Amino acid sequence: MAKPKIAFFDFAGCEGDQLQIANLEERLLDILGHVEVVSFREVATGHSDDYDVAFVEGSITRPEDEIRLKEIRKNAKVLVALGACAAIGGINCLKNFLAENVYREEVYGSSARWYPTYAARPLKSVVKVDAEVPGCPIDKVEFARITKELLLGRTPWIADFPVCVECKQAGNVCRYEMGKMCLGIITRAGCKAACVSQGAHCWGCRGLVPGANLDAARIVMDRPGTSRKAIQDLLRFFLGDTGAAL
Amino acid sequence: MAKTPAKSTTKSPAKAKKAASPATPVSTPAESVGGPKKVRVHYLTRVEGHGNIVVDVEADGTVSTCRWEVPEAPRFFEAMVVGRDYTDIHHIVSRICGICAIGHQLASLQATEDALNINVSEQTHLLRRLALHGENLQSHLLHIAYLVLPDLMGVDSILPLAATHKDAVLKFIAARRVSNEFSRLICGRTTHPQRMTPGGFTMFPTTEELTSLRTMLLETLPNLDFAVDFFAGIVDRLPQFERETEYVGLVSPAEYAMYWGEIGSSRDERRPVRQYRNISREYMVPTSTAKWTKNLGESYMVGALARFNLNAQHLMPKAKAAAIKLGLIKGCTNPYYITIAQLVECVHTVEESILQVEELLTRGIREEAPARPSSICAGRGVGAVEVPRGILFHFYEYDDNGRIFQADCVIPTNQNHGNIQKDLDALVPQLSGLSEKELELRLSMLVRAYDPCISCSTHCIDARGLDTGARSLVRFNRKK
Repeated sequence: MAKPKIAFFDFAGCEGDQLQIANLEERLLDILGHVEVVSFREVATGHSDDYDVAFVEGSITRPEDEIRLKEIRKNAKVLVALGACAAIGGINCLKNFLAENVYREEVYGSSARWYPTYAARPLKSVVKVDAEVPGCPIDKVEFARITKELLLGRTPWIADFPVCVECKQAGNVCRYEMGKMCLGIITRAGCKAACVSQGAHCWGCRGLVPGANLDAARIVMDRPGTSRKAIQDLLRFFLGDTGAAL
Repeated sequence: MAKTPAKSTTKSPAKAKKAASPATPVSTPAESVGGPKKVRVHYLTRVEGHGNIVVDVEADGTVSTCRWEVPEAPRFFEAMVVGRDYTDIHHIVSRICGICAIGHQLASLQATEDALNINVSEQTHLLRRLALHGENLQSHLLHIAYLVLPDLMGVDSILPLAATHKDAVLKFIAARRVSNEFSRLICGRTTHPQRMTPGGFTMFPTTEELTSLRTMLLETLPNLDFAVDFFAGIVDRLPQFERETEYVGLVSPAEYAMYWGEIGSSRDERRPVRQYRNISREYMVPTSTAKWTKNLGESYMVGALARFNLNAQHLMPKAKAAAIKLGLIKGCTNPYYITIAQLVECVHTVEESILQVEELLTRGIREEAPARPSSICAGRGVGAVEVPRGILFHFYEYDDNGRIFQADCVIPTNQNHGNIQKDLDALVPQLSGLSEKELELRLSMLVRAYDPCISCSTHCIDARGLDTGARSLVRFNRKK
C-alpha cells in the first residue's frame, strides 16, 4: 500500500512548530518511515503538488496568502492547522487591536498600497480546516499522536476539557491561590499544564476549550489587585481572534 | 567568460571516519556551459522563512539581474508590544522566532532591566548564559546537519542520509537531543520558554538535573569530535569564494562574547551597546519586506564567522583545536565557511557550558525570587546578545506605568540581507560559465550558509521618517 503523502507549509509565523517536529529527533525517523514527505521547505529541497495531508503553520495576514492557502486546500485531502497561529490566529492577532489604517500609513507612508496587509487571522477564517495541532509551540508528542491518528484514518482527538484538569493531575498549586491570574480555566488542555508546571501561568495558547465559560472566568479574574486592563492584556495574548479579548 | 574555480575532490582518508560518500561532491569542476542562464529560486528551501533568488545571465556572460528578494509577511512585533506591561514583553517577542526564542527573550529582558533599573543576581546571569549556550548548540546543529550537510552530500535533505550514513546522522540527532534537554532543564523548553522573567527565574534546575546535564554534555564531546572529523573530511566540498566585508559582533576583553559585551567591528571602533543605531542604520529596499543595514562598507556580516573573526582568540581550547582541524583561520572571508565557524562554536559552547554547570553545582542553586525594580518610572534600555545567526538588539522605552511606549528590534538576519546581496553580486559573474542547475545550487548554498532566519528579520517594517501628520498609536523611533 502506498505511503500517505504529506506536505508542510507556512505563512506568518515563527516556524517554532515545525522546529518541534524536527525536535522529535530519533522518533522523527520512525514517523518518516510511514509517510512520504513530498514538500517540507524548511528541511528538504523538492516539492510536489500531489499530497494527501497538508500541515500548515502560521496565520493569514495579507490577500496573497489567501490565494496560496486556497491552492493548498484544493490539493490536500486533509488540511491540518499546525500551532496557535494557524489554528486560532495566535500572537499575530495582537496587532489587530491597533488601528490598521493608522499604522499602515505610519509604517509604509505613501507606499502603503504596495504592501497590502490586513488583520491577522487563523486558517479557518479562509478555508475549511480538518484538524488542528494546538499550542504555541505545539507539543511534539501530541503532534506524533495526532499524525498517527490521521494516518489511521481517524479524526484526531484533542482534549475537550480545560487545563485545570491537567494542572490538578500534575499537583500544581493553583495560580489563583497564589494571587495570580491564569487562563487555564478556559483553555483547552493537552499540554499537561506545561507552563504552570514551569513556574508561570497559562496564557491560553491552545485556544478556548469547547464550552468555555467566559462570563464566569471574568468574574473569577475580577478581584482586588487586578485591573480590567490586566485581564484584557492576558486574554489578548492568544485569544485575539475570539470575543474573549474584547 | 568567467572561469570556474578549480577545487580538489580528494578528502583526506585518515580524517573521514565514514566510507566514501556515494554523492557527487559539490566542488567537482564543472564544464563551462554557454548560453543565457536563468535562475528563479522561489521560496528557497532549507532556510527559515521565505526568500527568492532571481538571476539572469546573458549569453555573453553579463549579469543583467541579480536579486535576493524577501517576500515574507511582516508581523509588526514592535507594534504589538506598545502599551503592554513590562512583565509580558519577553513572552511576546519570544514569538519572533521559534529557533532563537531564548535569544529574543534574553535581549528583551536585558533591555527591560536596563530601562527599569532592575539588577539581577550572579546566579541569574549564569543561568541565562547557559540558556543561550543551549540555544546556540541546538540551532547550529540543526543548520549544520539538516540544512547544509545535504548539499555537501549531494542529496535533497537529511532523510536519505539517515539510510546511507545512519551512524553519523544518529550522532547529530543525539547531540541535538542533548541541546533540547539542556534548554528544558534551564528555562523550561527550547521554544518560547516559560521560566524567565524580568529580574530572574521562576523555577530552577535541581542538583540532580544539573549533574545529569553535566554528564550529557560530557558525552556530547565525542559526538562533536566525530562531527568535526566528518566535516574536516568534506570541507573542501565547500565552494571557494572570498569577499571581505565588515564583520560585526559583540566583543569583550575576557571571553568569546555571546551574552554581553560591546559592539565590535572589523573596520570600526567598538561601541557601547546603547549606541547600536550608529552601526545598524536600517533602511528599506523595494524587493524586501525586511530592512537592510550598513555601516562603514556597503553591507556587513554578523553571525558565527563574524564572531570567529572578531574573537577567535577567546575560544575554549578544544574549540580552537577544532578550528585548526577544519582549516578555519581568523580573518576568513569565505561566507560558505559560516557553517564551519558554527561547528567550532558548538564545541566551544559545550566546553564552556560544562564549566558553567560545574560552577553552579559548586555554588549550589538558590531558589531566589526574581529581583524587583525599586520603583517603576519611565526609562529607556537596550539589550544585545549574540544569537546563533548574529548580534541581536532590542530597545525599549517605557512610560511611568511600566508599559512600552516604543520598541525597536534589529535582527541578525536584517543585518545580513545586504551582505547576501553583495555576495551574490560578486559571486554570480564568477560562476556565469556554469550550467543553470549548478549555478542555482551554488547560489542557494551561499544563502543557506548564512543560516538566514527570514521571518525573524521581517518582524516589522519601518517608515522612512515620513511625517503623516496624523496622531499615531504606534511610533517608530528611527529617523533617517
